[in-house]
Amino acid sequence: MLDYEKLISQKAKDMRPSGIRRFFDLAAEMPECISLGVGEPDFQTPWDIRDAAIHSLEVGRTKYTANAGLKELREEIGVWLQKRYGLHYDETEVLVTVGGSEAIDLAIRALVEPGDEVIIPEPCFVCYDPITTLTGGVPVPIATKEENDFRVTAEEIKAALSPRTKILVLGYPNNPTGAVLRHEDLEAIAEVLRDTNVIVLSDEIYSELTYGYRHESIASFPGMREHTIVVNGFSKTFSMTGWRLGYAAGPKPLIQAMTKIHQSCIMSAPTTSQYAAITALKDCDDDIEEMRRQYDLRRQYCVRKLNEMGLKTFEPKGAFYVFPDISILGLSSDEFCEALLKEKHVAIVPGNAFGASGEGFARISYAYSIDHLREAMKRIAEFVNEHKGE
Amino acid sequence: MDAMKLLHLLADDPRATVTDLADILGESEEEVAKTKDSLEAKKIICGYHTVINWDKTNIDHVDAFIGVSAKPERGTGYDKIAERIGKFPEVSSLYLTSGTSEFLLSINARTMREVADFVGEKLAPIDGVAATVTMFVLKKYKVNGVMLDMKAEIEDDRQLISA
Ligand SMILES: Cc1ncc(COP(=O)(O)O)c(C=O)c1O
Repeated sequence: MLDYEKLISQKAKDMRPSGIRRFFDLAAEMPECISLGVGEPDFQTPWDIRDAAIHSLEVGRTKYTANAGLKELREEIGVWLQKRYGLHYDETEVLVTVGGSEAIDLAIRALVEPGDEVIIPEPCFVCYDPITTLTGGVPVPIATKEENDFRVTAEEIKAALSPRTKILVLGYPNNPTGAVLRHEDLEAIAEVLRDTNVIVLSDEIYSELTYGYRHESIASFPGMREHTIVVNGFSKTFSMTGWRLGYAAGPKPLIQAMTKIHQSCIMSAPTTSQYAAITALKDCDDDIEEMRRQYDLRRQYCVRKLNEMGLKTFEPKGAFYVFPDISILGLSSDEFCEALLKEKHVAIVPGNAFGASGEGFARISYAYSIDHLREAMKRIAEFVNEHKGE
Repeated sequence: MDAMKLLHLLADDPRATVTDLADILGESEEEVAKTKDSLEAKKIICGYHTVINWDKTNIDHVDAFIGVSAKPERGTGYDKIAERIGKFPEVSSLYLTSGTSEFLLSINARTMREVADFVGEKLAPIDGVAATVTMFVLKKYKVNGVMLDMKAEIEDDRQLISA
């Protein structure tokens, strides 16, 4: 019998199990549970996009593409980034990846030497920390504050900088809080970084899901293009999570280094998805608009309901999450979510699964039909009522 | 309140009650009822219709599209003729279109004979109607945005919880 424990690398063993996974296992045992726990859209991928994929298969587009992705797709990504955010990237400065996830992985691996520091404002998406650790880098978390609506501030970044800082991760609009950075926030952050050697890993995967506010990329600020790797993708904007397609755009030498790694471990992103993505970028403005409208309705509904039931919830301007303060019942995030699951069969994710500073909060996804949300909110209100004054 | 939001909700679900709508929008029921009434009065909301696949019942049913060539009248253009055609209860929709004929209308009847009688006895004799082309519906696939009797798409196969 092999001793697998001895065989598995220390690095793999050191990766902490995700708090999300634990909750998934708990919820999975509850057959009638209704979930508000997903990080992906409920909408089907718009039909035009699916049709383009089917057509590509019919005509036999079944081979690898260029390592960096189809040239036409990279050009369309350039056009899109220009049109939407005023960014300028030509086709050699874009790399098509397996989801934004791979782009994040490549950016960190292409830049981080053992001991290099990666500043990670938290709470945030769960992959930055483990990937940094795997490459031998050192995650430096910044606890963003509720009183700042979970925006990281230029002062906090300044205080976290050290001679070993290699990367600053900026994940806005934010998962799990829904926070966005405003023009003035980005300007102040740009000011802090402009004369450093720090690269911003700007994870803008939710850039099209903003409400009453248009997303701006830090790369569009003077002097910041050189400092930024923009990560984006198709999962959230076009409801294409299962297609596994994203991209990175940035200075050519960085994109080339990332492409080298991508070449060895991926070859090229899924071909069918790449053909579909060209149609997504060219023809689906109306679909985005319609999905945004629906998310916005649900967002306003959830914020109002949660505040009415006594869970203080700030109004998030982006993504499809609300992040209520659940501390009024005197329970920890884990306790609150577990009790809610057991008593009312509603699954939400404890805030601390997204970093220690998420303690006292929970992530509620509103990527669900309004009927589903109404039933869930009714149950959460019952739960809060029953536990108040305990 | 934002009437557009109400319109979108009703477009998605015409059966939503005033109580439901008030809850979703965070408005009082009176306010929602008032706005809804006013949208109806202004004919912005023109009706709430049910999509029925009559083929699945044992009620006889025939649908047809009819192209109508017509000449406009001085002063009223096509409106007067349209009104005359539209008054017939068999006519379920009526459009002025570009192309080979002026009007396109759809009619719902019980038998082909009824359609023929409608065209011969009611439609063709109208002053200004020059010619008609009748197209009987053989099979319906999609009506008012609803796919009839086709394989349904998967509702929600997402993982319960994901990052
Ligand atoms: C902030 C953030 N970045 C990146 C991703 C990765 O998305 P994908 O790999 O599907 O593009 C997610 C997915 O949940 C996310 O929330």
